[in-house]
Amino acid sequence: MKLHARTSRRRFLARTVGAAGALALSGCDALSRTEWFPSVLGAGEKLSQAAHHLLTPRQAMAQEFSAADLSPTFRSNGTAMPNDMRYKALAAAGFADYRLEVSGLVEQPASLSLAELRALPSRTQITRHDCVEGWSAIGKWKGARLGALLEALRPRREARYVMFYCADPMEDDGTSPYYESIDMNDAFHPQTLLAYELNDKPLPIANGAPVRLRVERQLGYKHAKYVMRIELVQSFDKIAGGKGGYWEDQGYEWYAGI
Amino acid sequence: MPIEKPGAPPSANVRTGTYLYYRHTLPVRVMHWINVIALTILLLSGLNIFSAHPALYWGKSSYTGRQPVLEITATESADGDLVGVTRIFGHEFDTTGLLGASAGPDGDPMPRAFPSWLTIPDSRWLAMARRWHLFFAWVFVINGLCYVGYSVAVRHFARDLAPSASDWRSIGRSIVEHLRFKHPSGEAAKRYNVLQKLAYLAVIFVLLPLVILMGFAMSPWLDALLPGWVDVFGGRQSARTIHFIVAWLIVAFALIHVFEVIVSGFWNHLRSMITGRYRVEVEATDETAR
Repeated sequence: MKLHARTSRRRFLARTVGAAGALALSGCDALSRTEWFPSVLGAGEKLSQAAHHLLTPRQAMAQEFSAADLSPTFRSNGTAMPNDMRYKALAAAGFADYRLEVSGLVEQPASLSLAELRALPSRTQITRHDCVEGWSAIGKWKGARLGALLEALRPRREARYVMFYCADPMEDDGTSPYYESIDMNDAFHPQTLLAYELNDKPLPIANGAPVRLRVERQLGYKHAKYVMRIELVQSFDKIAGGKGGYWEDQGYEWYAGI
Repeated sequence: MPIEKPGAPPSANVRTGTYLYYRHTLPVRVMHWINVIALTILLLSGLNIFSAHPALYWGKSSYTGRQPVLEITATESADGDLVGVTRIFGHEFDTTGLLGASAGPDGDPMPRAFPSWLTIPDSRWLAMARRWHLFFAWVFVINGLCYVGYSVAVRHFARDLAPSASDWRSIGRSIVEHLRFKHPSGEAAKRYNVLQKLAYLAVIFVLLPLVILMGFAMSPWLDALLPGWVDVFGGRQSARTIHFIVAWLIVAFALIHVFEVIVSGFWNHLRSMITGRYRVEVEATDETAR
């Protein structure tokens, strides 16, 4: 009798805990679908960014690796071949007609060919690429130092962000081109490159040919591939979804250092 | 509000043979429950994040030419059914229904590392899972810092958690008692036993700091704090693997903790973690009972 009372009490307890857990979980899912709660959670991003900037000097260098650490093949993620007629034509001609436009809040807008880009001060680095999904790959990059290029074009004082507009449409119908943005501090970081070589070869199309951004110390989606146009702006509120990047517009953090 | 000191004199009727002992201070109780909520959300959102790339590696990167140490995937059987496959050190297990393939939010089987009832949010939604995870990581860290600060200030570690000389001597007996589900009663139940102290110390000073540190190691920005520090733990992908393993060790601790709470007087323990008061049976030898 006593034993029966105890087992039924245990069963009651287990059921109560189970029901409370299920209720709490569906509560979390309901909260995720509200407008306000995810923006409350977004406070975590602001805190992380502030703490990271407090702890690490803005010019702190990302770890560099040795040739022994190189990944046998550098994984291609996201777009492997942009579904865009203009891009396909450029690629078919070996990017001979490629021009990188630099405009916006600069004293001297520019349009650079690949050869001109290659003639700029460059840097070679073996770094680790960390995808937001969780995987990492190590590759050797060579590219023009973005800071040196911008310095030559003289950014205006109001310029706060560097926008990167890309050739790869993210929708099947050829719309929503990929884009990204970084702040001026990251743009002038010595390891921030407009990379045109991967593992001592011209950058493959699957990895963003002819030029992709390397902004070490941030997650992979910041490293825009197929960069066609660079624009210096004061704010990105009015650009596309207003969050500063394609994935940012889908709810990912603009600050991708974590 | 003044904080009542644990160990305050018995406040109840002696004739009943029991009295309520003030066991947990208000700050400890509040921080305990904040921790329960934060760690639960961190685990469940973490499992959702893991599902975005359900494989673990040892090394600096994921692509080293070596196989992952753990991989959870889905394949299709000959008759087109979804099969969940878990591969550990190259050994394959069919884990359909739990790992690799399980019912999605709408009930249909779908490829997913962990089932929807074990993840926040229930659907595969990396951006939202990261928001939950990286917000409650802050709740957890701030709560933990408050706990350490408070415990040092009131000498909680030294008074309640550091094993005494007699504790060390009783360790063999305590192991036997735990295996027989026997627990201290009377005055002895007011203090933590030695295995309890060691378990709590291991969680507070080893597992929880390690899981936080391995979280830091996964942040490419914090890796630049002192280039190369992550290699001490085998590299970023090793750190991710350690983060995952330690998370499950914390789950194992929580399961044993709850089990011990249930077998040693569930309501009494639950009340003491809510109101602070723990009912102590007065033993015949106790002076107050004579």
